[in-house]
Amino acid sequence: MKGVALLLSVCMIALSQFAQGAGVTLLNVSYDPTRELYKDINRAFAADWKAKHGGDITIQMSHGGSGKQARSVLDGLPADVVTLALAYDIDALADRGLLAKNWQSRLPDNSAPYTSTIVFLVRKGNPKHIKDWPDLIRPGVQVITPNPKTSGGARWAFLAAWGFALKQPNGSDATAKEFVRKLFKNVPVLDTGAREATNTFVQRGIGDVLLSWENEALLAQRTLGKDAVEIVIPSKSILAEPPVAVVDKNAAAHHTQATATAYLQFLYTEQGQELAAKHYYRPRSARAMQKYAAQFPKISTFSVGDTFGDWRQVQNKFFSDGGIFDQVGPGA
Amino acid sequence: MRKGILPGFGLGLGYVCAYLGLMVLLPLAALVWKAYGIGASELLQLLSSPRTFAALRLSFAGAFASALVNVVAGLLVGWVLVRYRFPGRRVLDAAVDLPFALPTAVAGIALTALYAPNGWIGQYLKPLGIQIAYTPLGVLVAMTFVGFPFVVRTLQPVLESLDHGVEEAAHTLGATRAQAFRRVILPTLTPALLTGFALALARAVGEYGSVIFIAGNIPMRSEIAPLLIVEKLEQFNYAGASAMAVVMLGFSLLLLLLLSLLQRRSARWQEAAA
Repeated sequence: MKGVALLLSVCMIALSQFAQGAGVTLLNVSYDPTRELYKDINRAFAADWKAKHGGDITIQMSHGGSGKQARSVLDGLPADVVTLALAYDIDALADRGLLAKNWQSRLPDNSAPYTSTIVFLVRKGNPKHIKDWPDLIRPGVQVITPNPKTSGGARWAFLAAWGFALKQPNGSDATAKEFVRKLFKNVPVLDTGAREATNTFVQRGIGDVLLSWENEALLAQRTLGKDAVEIVIPSKSILAEPPVAVVDKNAAAHHTQATATAYLQFLYTEQGQELAAKHYYRPRSARAMQKYAAQFPKISTFSVGDTFGDWRQVQNKFFSDGGIFDQVGPGA
Repeated sequence: MRKGILPGFGLGLGYVCAYLGLMVLLPLAALVWKAYGIGASELLQLLSSPRTFAALRLSFAGAFASALVNVVAGLLVGWVLVRYRFPGRRVLDAAVDLPFALPTAVAGIALTALYAPNGWIGQYLKPLGIQIAYTPLGVLVAMTFVGFPFVVRTLQPVLESLDHGVEEAAHTLGATRAQAFRRVILPTLTPALLTGFALALARAVGEYGSVIFIAGNIPMRSEIAPLLIVEKLEQFNYAGASAMAVVMLGFSLLLLLLLSLLQRRSARWQEAAA
C-alpha cells in the first residue's frame, strides 16, 4: 500500500514537472564568463517571445570551460544551442554530425553576435610601465596567461601575441615564434582556465600583467575597483569572435528548431546587442557601440580568418601535440 | 574444487564478480578499448616524449613522497588519538576525515591561498627563499593533504586491538621503550602501515582537482600526468588521453601489486617471528 502511494506521488511529481515544461524549454550550453550575460538575455528573450507568440519559454543554462562543454554535448548533453568561446569547439560537434558543417555561415558576422579582444590587466599605477606587447618580453616582467591547451581564452591570447609580432615591419613566422618564445619565458604559472588565471593574478598577487579577455578585465576592474588594477590596451590585438549555433540534431529531436533559431537571432537585435555591451562584450551593432563607447576604447584588431585561415588550421599549427605551443611554451 | 563448509559461495562469488565487473572492470575495459584507437607510432611518441616522462615522474614520485610523509604523520596522529584520552579527542578524530569530505578544488584553492607568496604561511617562507605554491613542492603539499586520512584510518583499529600484555611482557623482559616499540609494536603495525601507504599513494597519483590550483602547471617542471590527459581531451584526442590513462593505470597497478606482495611478506615474517 505504502509502495503504491509512493509510486503515485512520484508520478505526480513527474507529471507536474512535465506540466511546467508545457511551454518550450531550450538548453543553452555555454562557456564560463557568459553567466551574467545570458541571465539577462534569457529573461529578455522569454518576455519578447511571449509578447510575439504568446507561449512560455524556459531556457536552461550550462556553463563550463568551452572545450569541456563541447565534449559534454558530444557525449550526449542535449543542448539545443551552443554558445562557446571558439569556433573550433563547434567544428568538433559538426565533425561528428551534430550540426551542419556550414554552421558558421548560417548567422551574420561568422555566427558571432558579439566580439571581445585580449587586453592587459596590470597592477595599480602600472609600476612596470607596460604599454604594449614588446614590454611583455622584457626580462623581469612576469606574465600570467592560462594554458592554451586547456583554455579557449588563452588560445586567443596566444594568437594575439603571435599576430602582433607577425604584423611588425619585417615580421614573419620566425620572428613571431621568437617573440612568443620570449613571452612564455616570462610566464611563471599556467592555469587551466581564464578565471583561475584572473584569480592567480588578482588574489594571489602573482605576476605583473594578466593577458585577459576584455570582458573579464572590465568585470575584474568593476568588482575590484580602479585602485587595484588598470587596463592597458595594446596597439594591436585579436578580434575574438565567440560563436553561437543551433545544434541541429538535438533541436530536431526536441522540435525546437524554430525557437532555438529565434533565440540566437535575438542576440542580433538592438536589445540583444545592448545587453551584450552591458556585459562588456563588444556589440556588432553601431548603435549599441555608440551607447557604450566610453567602455570600449578604440583598438586595432585583426581576425583569425584574415591572419591565420580557419580554426582547424590554427589548432593544427599551434596547439596540437608537437605544435608551435609545445615548441615554444614554458618548459619547452 | 573442494566444496567449502560455508554455504552461499556460488552466490557470493557471483555477486562479487558482477559488482566488481560493473563498477570497476567495465569502465576500465572501456578505457582500454578507447585507447586502442591510437596508432603505434603515436603511442611510441607519447611514451618517449620527455614531457610525458616528466609528468609521470612528478605524479608518481610526488605521490610516493607524500605517502611517506603521511605514514609518519599518520602513525603519530593515530597513536595519540588511540592511546591518550583528552578533551576534544573526538573532535580531532572527526577532523581527520575532513580531507575526504572537502571538494578537492576547494582544498586546492585554500592551500594555494595559504602557501602563495602573499598567503598566510607563504609570506613568512618567502624571505627564507622557500616557495611552495606554483612549484613541485606545492604538488607534494596538496597530495599529502588528500592522502592523509588513509594511514590514520587503517592504523586505528590495529592500534586499538594491540594487546598491552605483549608490550608489558617486553618491558618485564628488560626491553627499553624504544626497543619495545621497534621490535614489538612496529612489526604488528607494519601491514596496516603498508595498506595505508598504498591507499594514500593511489589517491595521490590520481589527484587532479586540488593539485592543478597549486602546481603552477609548467611543463617539464610542475605538470602532473592527469593534466596531460585533460590537455589531450581538450583537443578531442580521446585515443591519446585514454592511452595516457592506461599507462598511468598500468604503473599504479604494478605499484599496488608490489605493495600487496610486500605486505604479505611482512605478515608472514611476523607470523614466523611470533
